[in-house]
Amino acid sequence: MKTTEAVAELEISRPVSAPAPSLIAQVWTIAGKDLRSEFRTKEALNASIAFSVVILVLFSFAFDPTSDQLQEFSGGLLWLVFSFAGTLVLNRSFSRETQNDCLDGLLASPMPASALFLGKSLANYVLLMMIEIVSLPVFGLFYNIRWARQLPMLAAVLLLGTWALTVIGTFFSALTVNLRIRELMLPMLVYPLMIPALMAAMTLTTVLLGGVPITASDMIWIKMLVAFDVVFTTLSVFLIDTVLLG
Amino acid sequence: MRAPHALEIEGVFKYYGDFAALRNIALRVDRGSTVALLGRNGAGKTTLLRIIAGLSKPSEGSVKILGSNVRDDAARRRIGVLGHGISLYEELSAHENLTIFARLYGLDQPGETASAWLERIGLGRVRDGLVREFSRGMRQRLAVARAFIHEPEVLLFDEPFTALDDRAIAVLQGLLADAHAKGRTIVMSTHQLKEALVLATDVALIRRGEIAYAGTRTQQMVDDTGWLYRTYEDD
Repeated sequence: MKTTEAVAELEISRPVSAPAPSLIAQVWTIAGKDLRSEFRTKEALNASIAFSVVILVLFSFAFDPTSDQLQEFSGGLLWLVFSFAGTLVLNRSFSRETQNDCLDGLLASPMPASALFLGKSLANYVLLMMIEIVSLPVFGLFYNIRWARQLPMLAAVLLLGTWALTVIGTFFSALTVNLRIRELMLPMLVYPLMIPALMAAMTLTTVLLGGVPITASDMIWIKMLVAFDVVFTTLSVFLIDTVLLG
Repeated sequence: MRAPHALEIEGVFKYYGDFAALRNIALRVDRGSTVALLGRNGAGKTTLLRIIAGLSKPSEGSVKILGSNVRDDAARRRIGVLGHGISLYEELSAHENLTIFARLYGLDQPGETASAWLERIGLGRVRDGLVREFSRGMRQRLAVARAFIHEPEVLLFDEPFTALDDRAIAVLQGLLADAHAKGRTIVMSTHQLKEALVLATDVALIRRGEIAYAGTRTQQMVDDTGWLYRTYEDD
C-alpha cells in the first residue's frame, strides 16, 4: 500500500526537462489568473461598471435626450465614459502583482515579459468589453438612442478602440506599477497618447449610432484604429521587458 | 570540457543614482554547493540576490547560471527563488496558486503536481482554501512549495528562515537537505548564522557592497558564529 507521502514523492520526482510552454499557453495562464482573481473579488469590475452607469445617468440630466445635438456628441460621450471607467480596471492590472511581491515570482519564471503583458492585456480587454456591454443599453435608454442599428460595424469599432485603450493602459500600468501616485499618473500618461485612437473611435461611433453605415470617407478612421493597434501592440511587446526590469 | 559553474558572477556593479550598492562583485559557485550569503543590514545581500535571480539588471558586469545568462529562458527554468514576499495570490486557492506556477514552468500535469506538493507540505486538506484565509505559517509553507515546484537546480533564498514558524522551518530544512543530497546548488542570504552555517558548504560575506570574504565554511565559523564578523567587518 502506498502512503500519501509516497505518492506525493513519486509524482514530484518526475523529470522537469519538459519542453517550454508555448507563448499562447503562458498568455492564457496569465489571462485566466487575472480574470479568476477579478471575478472572485470584483473590485475593479464593480467599481468601473458603477462609475460608467452613474456618469451616463448624471450626464443624461444635463442634456435634452430629444435634441439633435445629442446625436452629434453621442460617440464622444460614450468613449469618454469607456476611457474613464477603463482606467479603474487598468490601474489594478499590474498593481495587483505588487501584493506579496507576486511580480517577482512571475519575472523569475521562464515566462517572457511579453507573455505577461499579452496575458494581462487579454484579461483587461475582456473586462473592458464587459463594461461596454453593460453601458451601451444604459446609454440607449437614458439618451433615447437606438444604438444597435449598425451593430456589426459598431461591434468592430468597439473591438478595435477597446484594444487600443487596453494595450496603452496595460503598458503604462506596468510602467507606473512602482509609483505611489500611479492612480494619478496612469490617466495622465494614457489619455494624451490615446488621442488618435479616441478621435477615430468617437467619430465612427457617432456615425454608427446615428444609424448611418460607414462610407468610404470614414475608412481612414478605421485604418487609423487598425494602425494604432498594430503599432502600439508591437511597441509594447518589444519594450515591456525593459519597462519591468529596467 | 569542464561543466560550467552553477553560478558565475563577473564584475557586477549596481548603482542607484550615485550610490554604489554593489561594487565589483565576482563570485563562482560550484554545483552542489550551499552558500551562505552573509552581511549586515544594507550590505547589499538582497540587491545581489535579486540580480542573481534576474529580477534586477546589474549596472555593469554579468551573471551566468549554469553557463546561461540569467535572463535566458534556459537559466530561469533552472532557478527557484524565494524572496521577502511569498509571491502568492491572496484571492486564489493554494492549489490554484501552485498550478499557475507549474504551468508557467511547463510542467507535465500541473494540477497533479500542485496536489502532490500540497500533500508534501501538509496542506492537502486545505488545497481549495484561499491564501488570504491561511495563517502566516501555512502561507510560508506554500511559498516554499512554489519555489521548489519545478525542482530547480539552483535555489536562491533571501532570508529563508526569517519569521517562519516551527513547522515551516522543518519543511524548509527537509527540502533543503533533500535538495543538497540531490546535488542542487543553494545560495541563501541570512542573518541567522547558526542555522545557515550548519547547512552551508561555503560562505560569502558582503561588506558595504563588496565581497569581504568568500571561501569554504570552516568548523571555526560554526563553533564561533561571531568570528566572521569580528574578523572581516571593521565596525
